[in-house]
Amino acid sequence: MTDRLTPGIVAGRRDARELVEAFADLHPPLTAHEARVAADRCYFCHDAPCVTACPTSIDIPQFIREISTGATRAAAKTIFDQNILGGMCARVCPTETLCEEACVREAAEGEPVQIGRLQRFATDAQMATGAQLNSRSALTGKRVAVVGAGPAGLACAHRLAVHGHDVTLYDAKNKAGGLNEFGIAAYKTVGGFAQAEIDWLLSIGGITLETGKRLGDGLSLEQLQAEFDAVFLGIGLGGVNALRAEGEELGGVLPAVEFIADLRQADDLSTLPVGRNVVVIGGGMTAVDAAVQSKLLGAETVTIAYRRGREAMSASEWEQDLATAKGVTIRHWAQPVRITGNGAAAEVEFEYTRSGANGLEGTGEIFRLPADQVFTAIGQTLNDTPEGLALEGGKIKIDGEGRTSVSSIWAGGDCATGGDDLTVTAVAEGRDAAESIHRTFG
Amino acid sequence: MADLSNDFIGIKSPNPFWLASAPPTDKEYNVRRAFEAGWGGVVWKTLGLDPHIVNVNGPRYGAVWGADRRLLGLNNIELITDRPLRVNLDEIKVVKRDYPDRAVVVSLMVPCEEECWKGILPQVEETGADGIELNFGCPHGMSERGMGSAVGQVPDYIEMVTRWCKANTRMPVIVKLTPNITDIRYPARAAKAGGADAVSLINTVSSITSVNLDSFSPEPTIDGKGSHGGYCGPAVKPIALNMVAEIARDAETAGLPISGIGGITNWRDAAEFIALGAGNVQVCTAAMTYGFRVVGEMISGLKLWMEEKGHETLADFEGRAVPNVTDWQFLNLNYVTKARIDQDLCIKCGRCYAVCEDTSHQAISMAGPNGERRFEVIDEECVACNLCVNVCPVEGCITMEELATGAVDLRTGETVKPDHGDWTTHPNNPSRVAAE
Repeated sequence: MTDRLTPGIVAGRRDARELVEAFADLHPPLTAHEARVAADRCYFCHDAPCVTACPTSIDIPQFIREISTGATRAAAKTIFDQNILGGMCARVCPTETLCEEACVREAAEGEPVQIGRLQRFATDAQMATGAQLNSRSALTGKRVAVVGAGPAGLACAHRLAVHGHDVTLYDAKNKAGGLNEFGIAAYKTVGGFAQAEIDWLLSIGGITLETGKRLGDGLSLEQLQAEFDAVFLGIGLGGVNALRAEGEELGGVLPAVEFIADLRQADDLSTLPVGRNVVVIGGGMTAVDAAVQSKLLGAETVTIAYRRGREAMSASEWEQDLATAKGVTIRHWAQPVRITGNGAAAEVEFEYTRSGANGLEGTGEIFRLPADQVFTAIGQTLNDTPEGLALEGGKIKIDGEGRTSVSSIWAGGDCATGGDDLTVTAVAEGRDAAESIHRTFG
Repeated sequence: MADLSNDFIGIKSPNPFWLASAPPTDKEYNVRRAFEAGWGGVVWKTLGLDPHIVNVNGPRYGAVWGADRRLLGLNNIELITDRPLRVNLDEIKVVKRDYPDRAVVVSLMVPCEEECWKGILPQVEETGADGIELNFGCPHGMSERGMGSAVGQVPDYIEMVTRWCKANTRMPVIVKLTPNITDIRYPARAAKAGGADAVSLINTVSSITSVNLDSFSPEPTIDGKGSHGGYCGPAVKPIALNMVAEIARDAETAGLPISGIGGITNWRDAAEFIALGAGNVQVCTAAMTYGFRVVGEMISGLKLWMEEKGHETLADFEGRAVPNVTDWQFLNLNYVTKARIDQDLCIKCGRCYAVCEDTSHQAISMAGPNGERRFEVIDEECVACNLCVNVCPVEGCITMEELATGAVDLRTGETVKPDHGDWTTHPNNPSRVAAE
């Protein structure tokens, strides 16, 4: 019988029933009464700090007040007007570092208003009706190509469609959604929500989805520029940083994003193999998502190793606590030296690190962790840089409204310079680029 | 050790907490439970003449809720007892027999004919009850038949019926007043003139709690229609406090014993009523919201506070706030305060700023010297209205600080004077009295 102690990378460490429970909704939806009570805690602040902290600037006090009076659809409109992916953001936003961190009740009593869950309450209620709250303006005849159907592309396409423009939405994968569909821990977006949200979003009309179309592979910028009145690139970061450590080619070593994507696409999690001893290298949300899900799948030990201290991790404190609560060990100040094993990974050798005069330095002291599976989560990179576009820091350079160095081409989301690599930031950039494109159409 | 025992117009009870005439005191079963829970007394739900009245068979109550569905106000369209007179009288008798140390007062409402009162009073007396309360208050249903508030709204009737009762019974007579009038002093004076031993107030306030926006009918709805009810609960307490104070400080009624009623939910509410001149208090909605056990906190809380303050008996603080209730014209205009915001307590919600800027005197600034979110009072503009204090969600964060004598009020440019100065002597008052 396969269980947590079975050596190697195997499927079925836990039975299907256990897995359903383990991967259940991290933040279950609020009931109507819970929502009213939660909403009542909002102070309706003046020039509210939560709104300032939200990359999409949702009028949070307004939508919470609408919930408190039972005007849930009005609340949904307040949210969707700013963020058409408000349903997904309600689930995946690191609210603890955005709106809820800024909430004055966090300052007052360390317990913010549950903005994320309230947003989910309002958006779920609206999406359950199947109806959009927007309708399209008179058709303009303008056509825009949006490349990448992740959060940035979806937000851009929807806003353009609302303004009456026609959009062709391309994606390299076999279905839309980007990281909403292929990234992000499963327990943050359960029940096929990502695809349901896309179906709902596309019901605005005027958006033609073409999947399996990759830029540089049957799709070229020149061709798009010639065929369309404007182009928006929301292509994400397709590449991953190499570990640059001996043994990274061994079996069982792979990028965390691939593991997460496989997990998200698996119909039956009991068929998904996972190691007995899993080591995740990195300090961001991807590292946490991969580590926690490995543990939930039934790995015996899961360790996140990060080369700097706790405060330098880009995963929020809340995410780190989630990981440790689920049984993940986080080791700080440790950098991988080599992965060893006979054809497949068996052990990772780490060197302790410290902050030295010239930055991070190894201490010379070594420790080893058993590892039959090693996930690398040390950052993603722009793959196949589109030609002719100016880059900055390895990303497509954009200005404040999403314009690239080439007129008629806009960009946003993780592939572009700008804010953090967050779903909500991508939505804001996609939306703002759509408004910029709309303005140039006059 | 504070002593909570109460002697109200000769009616003794172990504590000043009586249950008001209402559904909780309708039957022997309820009243026994109340006494077991510790209530000092009850005013038995209003008796009337046979044939007994009937109640609606749909909802009798409507409500107003605050956060987390906390009941703030309750409204009812229930009438007086809907049981035969004999049944009530028999039950009152055995309850009083079994609880001789508790107060049992009987509420009455019969038509405005002396024969009706003459008929019922001996029957009540025979039960051994401690007193009667004349229900001149209920604003719904019975008022349409010329009783309840229909009597309470006409001082002459109050005086007349009170006199009949005093002439036909040895029992103490409490007159229960309706707040649904313009000036509570007139019915109180009438009760006194009729010989009442005490007044009790307030009865419920005429109200419609809400309108159903689907059926467009008032709540509670009876087959698509609604009728105004009587409003009670925490929401009416401020109205009741004022009316109690008005009677307590009126020259004609000063000294007339008052049983305070209206939204009393905890010991603090009760202490406030007593401080404003009430000799005891009556409670209904709190019991109807939480059950009879609430009296436990009322007793322990009041006792604790009295001990902390050194009040040995209720009389030690009864009426202590009455001399401090005055007319606006006598308020000291030389008393100057300014709002002060404690920056350490401030959580930067900005509500003080929003309300001052939008609805008051633009006396709070928002940005600190480095553009940070910092709220401060502009003394040149602050009129000390207290709105910022009232809307601030943090208790004690914004306070009103008195300017010392000799300090300059930056708003008016005037120096704070040491002496009292009010409207009666203010130069802007065309009918001011001479200062000498």
